[in-house]
Amino acid sequence: MIRFENVGLRYGMGPEVLRDVSFRIDRGSFQFLTGPSGAGKTSLMRLLFLALKPTRGLMSVFDHDVASLPRTDLPTLRRRIGVVFQDFRLLDHLTTYENVALPLRVIGKPETSYRTDVIELLHWVGLGDRVHVRPPVLSGGEKQRAAIARAVITQPEMLLADEPTGNVDPTLARRLLRLFMELHRLGTTVVIATHDIGLMDQYDARRFVLNEGRVHIYD
Amino acid sequence: MVLPADLKDGFRDARDAEDADDLRIDDLDEDGSEPDEDFEPAGAIVPASSIAGRALFFVLAIMSFLACITVGAVAVIASASADWRSDISAEITVQVRPLEGLDVTAAVTEALDIIRSMPGVTGAGALSDQELRDLLEPWLGAGVDLDELPVPRLIVVEVDRSAPPDIGELRRRLSQSVPSASLDDHELWQGRLAVMANTLTISGSAILVLVLVATVLSVIFATRGAMASNRDIVEVLHLVGAKESFIAREFERHFLRLGFRGGLAGGLAALASFAAIRWSSSQFSATPAGDQFDALFGGLSIGWTAFAGIGLTVLLVAALTAMSSRLAVFRFLKVFD
Repeated sequence: MIRFENVGLRYGMGPEVLRDVSFRIDRGSFQFLTGPSGAGKTSLMRLLFLALKPTRGLMSVFDHDVASLPRTDLPTLRRRIGVVFQDFRLLDHLTTYENVALPLRVIGKPETSYRTDVIELLHWVGLGDRVHVRPPVLSGGEKQRAAIARAVITQPEMLLADEPTGNVDPTLARRLLRLFMELHRLGTTVVIATHDIGLMDQYDARRFVLNEGRVHIYD
Repeated sequence: MVLPADLKDGFRDARDAEDADDLRIDDLDEDGSEPDEDFEPAGAIVPASSIAGRALFFVLAIMSFLACITVGAVAVIASASADWRSDISAEITVQVRPLEGLDVTAAVTEALDIIRSMPGVTGAGALSDQELRDLLEPWLGAGVDLDELPVPRLIVVEVDRSAPPDIGELRRRLSQSVPSASLDDHELWQGRLAVMANTLTISGSAILVLVLVATVLSVIFATRGAMASNRDIVEVLHLVGAKESFIAREFERHFLRLGFRGGLAGGLAALASFAAIRWSSSQFSATPAGDQFDALFGGLSIGWTAFAGIGLTVLLVAALTAMSSRLAVFRFLKVFD
């Protein structure tokens, strides 16, 4: 599904932040991506959700070589990936409902066709009474759940979560992990970037450990 | 939807597990899947307030005003010039010079016969002695004795504009029968007027192009500013799989509205200006200056061409605004990626 071979990444003329990164992510798998701050986790995540292209090496996503992929094809691939950001990236001027419905809106679905689904999902993640509320008045946990709902509303094949438990208390962190486990159980490929060792210890999954731009895999 | 239903079942299973309490998500509404909320129309993805609209509105209104004034002025001048040319080409003048020993009256009569015999001539008449005296009065005073002065006699010939006479043939016949007659079809004047009208039209078009280019540049700068200040929105749209055309449309929508409103305001201001000029010129209609003005521009009539031109200019400003913003968005996204 995802293949990296000797991938390197540098920003501008700076040093390589990722060096000779090679791994495979199989369909329906679950993995943690971890490492100390500054090790390149966010850069690797940005590569995975196609916000960046590698400066060298082979990177293929859904069997498409990213280097030869035209820009116009990127949106189609991104729609197959759900992303949860550490800072949520919710749009403050839209309601919770509108934020969660955004991926469906951009693919041109009529609002009437997804309203029930979005509300149902919002109820399901415990935001049933926050449908018309805008993000600035949501708590950290509520924002996190709204961000997750937005990431899964289109049933993506792969879910990427960057420090999804970074802003929540341990109890909610455990709940969110269970939610990702459920998604994995239903067939979604999951990659969670975290440096929360406690979180990783709760689920026996493959770990990608990044250190000084290089990745070590512990199955 | 398959996913939430499946997930919901899966999640219920998970909650039924022994650590169900831990798994329960805050405020989870088990039965609350029936949406009964009253929904407002979905909010704009790019909020109108995030576009520096007020400043751009005034810029567009001013540009549209200048463009409409230019279009209106060119239309008025073109129409006045066409009137001048049409009036001039509807008449030709024959001059019979009093040569030594020539019976001028007989020569005028003969010239009139020749002229009237030409097809395409709808009427011809010699200016009477009194009319000639009136013409000369400003220079020579009242009571001019035409017999003592070698004053040429004038014949005004009205021609059928749809089937004008053969001027060359008329000139040839006149020179054969009345050698002292000369024919003036105002070709020189018409040529000069045509050059002047064309120069004004070209100058007006050049000004119009400059104004429109300035409009496009203003919109491009404004769009870049809007894109930069909405960078977060663009980034999120990108990541949820929005195509560039979708993102461009979200911005373009605001700029099209802004362009139309600005263009319309400028167009209305231009119309008001023309009405004000017309009104003020009517105040001077009885004065010599007003008469001169009327003689030149025919009462500054704003015809349907000027109205159509102003309407088209408003639409053009709106379309250019939308198009420029769209191009600027695509360019921004190319760099953004």
